[in-house]
Amino acid sequence: MTLLKPAISRALGWATLVAVVVLALFGLWGAPPDSVQGDAQRLMYLHVPAAWIAYLAFGVTAISSALWLWPRTRSEVYDRVAGASAELGVIFTGLTLVLGSLWGRPVWGVWWAWDARLVTTAVLLFLYLGYLALRSVPASPDARAKRCAIAALIAFVDVPIVHFSVTWWRTLHQQATVFNPELKANIHGVMAFTLWFGVLAFTLLYVYLLDRRYRLAVLEDDLDERELERAIAERVAGAGTSVRASPGDDADKVPAEVTP
Amino acid sequence: MNLVQEAALVAGKDLRIEARSRVTLQQVIPFGLVVLLLFAFALDPDRGILRRVAPGLFWITVLLGALLAVSRAFAVEAENGASDALRLSGLDPAGVFLGKAAAVAVELAVLETVLAVGVVILFDVGIESIGPLVLATLAATVGVAATGTLYGVLATGLRVRETLVPMLLLPVVSPVLLGATRAWEAAIDGVPGDAWPWVGLLSIFAVLYVSVGMLAFGPLLEEA
Repeated sequence: MTLLKPAISRALGWATLVAVVVLALFGLWGAPPDSVQGDAQRLMYLHVPAAWIAYLAFGVTAISSALWLWPRTRSEVYDRVAGASAELGVIFTGLTLVLGSLWGRPVWGVWWAWDARLVTTAVLLFLYLGYLALRSVPASPDARAKRCAIAALIAFVDVPIVHFSVTWWRTLHQQATVFNPELKANIHGVMAFTLWFGVLAFTLLYVYLLDRRYRLAVLEDDLDERELERAIAERVAGAGTSVRASPGDDADKVPAEVTP
Repeated sequence: MNLVQEAALVAGKDLRIEARSRVTLQQVIPFGLVVLLLFAFALDPDRGILRRVAPGLFWITVLLGALLAVSRAFAVEAENGASDALRLSGLDPAGVFLGKAAAVAVELAVLETVLAVGVVILFDVGIESIGPLVLATLAATVGVAATGTLYGVLATGLRVRETLVPMLLLPVVSPVLLGATRAWEAAIDGVPGDAWPWVGLLSIFAVLYVSVGMLAFGPLLEEA
């Protein structure tokens, strides 16, 4: 049981690889340097797509968790997707923060600023680190799935509140360039293309990794089951041999010991 | 029995246990006061920093106390199979949630009262407008109690409960810390107008998580 058919998964892997290479070429050489920020701005082609994937991944976790909780659509598929997507979300959130920090140093002059979006992203990272910590606690599959699905939704409804509270608190981050309310990109054509292409490449990467992680989760569950079966079989076999062995032993020993 | 009566029943039970065991009185409140004292050691009282950051220190201390209160609220259910009795009692899980959260909120309110006096006396803080301060505190307390109760039942029966609850709870209540601290600052500076938006945010948080808790508590209690 896999998310994507093996052939599609393989094709997607190759498409992702090509897209990432093309993105690297465009990001490093194809796009012109920024008139104010110079080459440092090239980090945008990774930073913005990484942030986009982080939000996408947490959104997918929330939707899968809701689908698991809804009795009619309850399936272990959604539990696995939720977990896999949250792991990817945490990785890409971490990547967003690291890349943003590297970008902030030359442009803002500091590694970290207490800006609304930075703080929201940091809280997001910790919210979902907690979720992953909860996931890693061993329990019966059904109990764990229920607990994690509810925890995912508790965390998810917190995101807008965190966002509003820190936005009221402070704002320094540059306004969103592409995802602004008018959805008009205020940037050079090649730069805009590279940015959009980056979003596409990262989305492919996300879907590919999600599929791989899902497969890994299936294999892990499989392994657990097999180990359990093997342990039961060993127990049964062990009990069987001792039962079969004992009459023979008794026949040899007991009379010898009893007679004197 | 309606929902409110059931909630009152559970809250009364928890508060009676508390009144007899005196854990809040003898452990949580002294703990909070020690933390205030430690803040004074860490941030030299002579430099006037303490007075400026008093609201933040107060709310950090309340959150630490809340972790203890939540842990205690579910430790009493773990003993003598009490949680099984709670499940078999036939009470509406939403009522059980409201009752347990209310008991935690009352304990926090007691802690907050003592700590507020401590902050006023030890950190030399004067409070200009009491109205927004009280409302912000009430909303924040309900929000923290609701989320704490929710995560408390979520982690019940897990061996890593003590370490897991802080990890889960603190990021979720971070907007409460932010809002309550800003509201307190505004109240201390005597600009209530700055406090009201935060009171609104804290109220939304409280209503949201009380609702989530009423919905989610039943399924979580089954597993606990």
